[in-house]
Amino acid sequence: MTQEPVAPEAMISARGLRKGFGEVEAVRGIDVEVHRGEAFGFLGPNGAGKSSTMRMVAAVSPVSGGELRILGLDPATDGPEIRSRIGVCPQEDTLDTELNVFDNLYIYGRYFGLPRAEVRRRCEELLAFVQLTEKARSKVEDLSGGMKRRLTIARSLVNRPELLLLDEPTTGLDPQARHVVWDRLFRLKQQGVTLVLTTHYMDEAEQLCDRLVVMDGGRVVAEGSPSSLIREHSTREVAELRFGTGEHEALAPRLEDLAERVEVLPDRLLLYAADGEAAVAAVHGRGLHPAMSLVRRSSLEDVFLRLTGRTLVD
Amino acid sequence: MAATRSLAPRMTDYWWTVYKRTWKGSVVSSFVTPLLYVLAMGVLLGGFIEGDPDRLEGASTYLAFVVPGMLAAQSMQLVFGELTYPVMSGVKWHRTYFAMVATPLSVRDVVQSQVGFVVFRVALSSAVFCLVVAPFGVFATWWGAVAAWVVQLLVALAFATPVFALSSYLKDESGFSLVFRLGMIPMFLFSGAFFPVDNLDPALATLARLTPLWHGVDLTRMLTVDRVDPLLALVHVGYLAALTVVGYVLVLRFLGRRLAS
Repeated sequence: MTQEPVAPEAMISARGLRKGFGEVEAVRGIDVEVHRGEAFGFLGPNGAGKSSTMRMVAAVSPVSGGELRILGLDPATDGPEIRSRIGVCPQEDTLDTELNVFDNLYIYGRYFGLPRAEVRRRCEELLAFVQLTEKARSKVEDLSGGMKRRLTIARSLVNRPELLLLDEPTTGLDPQARHVVWDRLFRLKQQGVTLVLTTHYMDEAEQLCDRLVVMDGGRVVAEGSPSSLIREHSTREVAELRFGTGEHEALAPRLEDLAERVEVLPDRLLLYAADGEAAVAAVHGRGLHPAMSLVRRSSLEDVFLRLTGRTLVD
Repeated sequence: MAATRSLAPRMTDYWWTVYKRTWKGSVVSSFVTPLLYVLAMGVLLGGFIEGDPDRLEGASTYLAFVVPGMLAAQSMQLVFGELTYPVMSGVKWHRTYFAMVATPLSVRDVVQSQVGFVVFRVALSSAVFCLVVAPFGVFATWWGAVAAWVVQLLVALAFATPVFALSSYLKDESGFSLVFRLGMIPMFLFSGAFFPVDNLDPALATLARLTPLWHGVDLTRMLTVDRVDPLLALVHVGYLAALTVVGYVLVLRFLGRRLAS
């Protein structure tokens, strides 16, 4: 097998990466490069192939085709070495409910072959980092969803990873808990940890990612920074208009000339325009009075809608 | 893939933590259970059974006959208890195996350490069992008792890897009730632990002799009553060892499919 030289700063390098499960192709040939110190995101709806990609990058799931290097190593031959240097925060917490909070961290640290005293020191440190010091002796079952997620993040840091993989880090958390998690991830990024995360929340991607790829149906459909993707694929502002149920489809052609683009969703019309307020005023000027109207900045949600014709969260 | 050093020892602290949470209950039960069985089956029920070594596979009392049977059956039951629902939990409910294989540990390490833990559990409970029943004069020789204890480790292995493989293969826990009702309990009752399999209809006796528990029971009994048939003993050891190996190959394949596909 020919070993192509990989730039030392490429934390992840994938070329034509594929993953199939029998007949089903979850990942259909993607090219991705993640650099040291950046926060990189895989954005896409459920079933886009994000988690399958992450499991390959985590050196757990064998690659079906294409080439993948993690930290310059081949997961097919260097799985344990790769896994010893990365951190994984899975979508489901996979915590051991039979062990208390501290022991969950401690035991996991021991799997990396770290000496007992060193693991203990790191556990104290990490519990403080994720604000769970007072919960050290609590049962995992008694923790809230946000606390469990923070514990899982702490667990993924016990080996001081160079690369941290987070699969849907805030799915299922309430808004306040999400902000606490984001804050911790921000701090890690500032410390120079390379973050790779999957999400189907556009606000999460915008908050955390320097760069991201939009995935749909196992393929990468766009790549760039959140702001450049929005610039490239959407307008500056969006006017959202809600009319009576079932009227949206019929009204869309009458408004088409008022915006660069009009999208019809089941419950509202989206007018993509540089000046959203002006567009709303023009709608009123035609004698149309929506039950609700609001103007907002374009987001990655709009990028995704543009690229795939579907919304991210159904 | 290159054969690398097993990382299973890194899981010792995990199993030790698990064991510390349950050892009190398990020690009490591994002490009390054999005592109750020996009293009920060996002493009270056995009082109705004539102590004829020719009809009791060399045992001079029914108690001496039934003790090795119960010893091997207990080893089997402990393995079933440890490697059915707990495995389903690791794969499906709490998904703790997924956390393990996200670290440098691989499926092989996880399997080796859990099988190791089960063998350790069997070693302890069999030792307690042997010590509890020894004063009843059921062991013909002391070395036979020690050898019978060592055989329990092999019995544990021979059940552990296939049961582990089966639990990794099953999609959900509904299959376990069948495994227990059609597998473990009939084996427990009819594989020579409580009566000589010769008492069965010849066809059924042959069937009983194909079960792993019969090989375990017969090997254990040969040693405790000190009537060893070397050739047959070799067959027993070979059978149990082969089962261990086949189960090991299967559990790596099935669990690998669940955890790392």
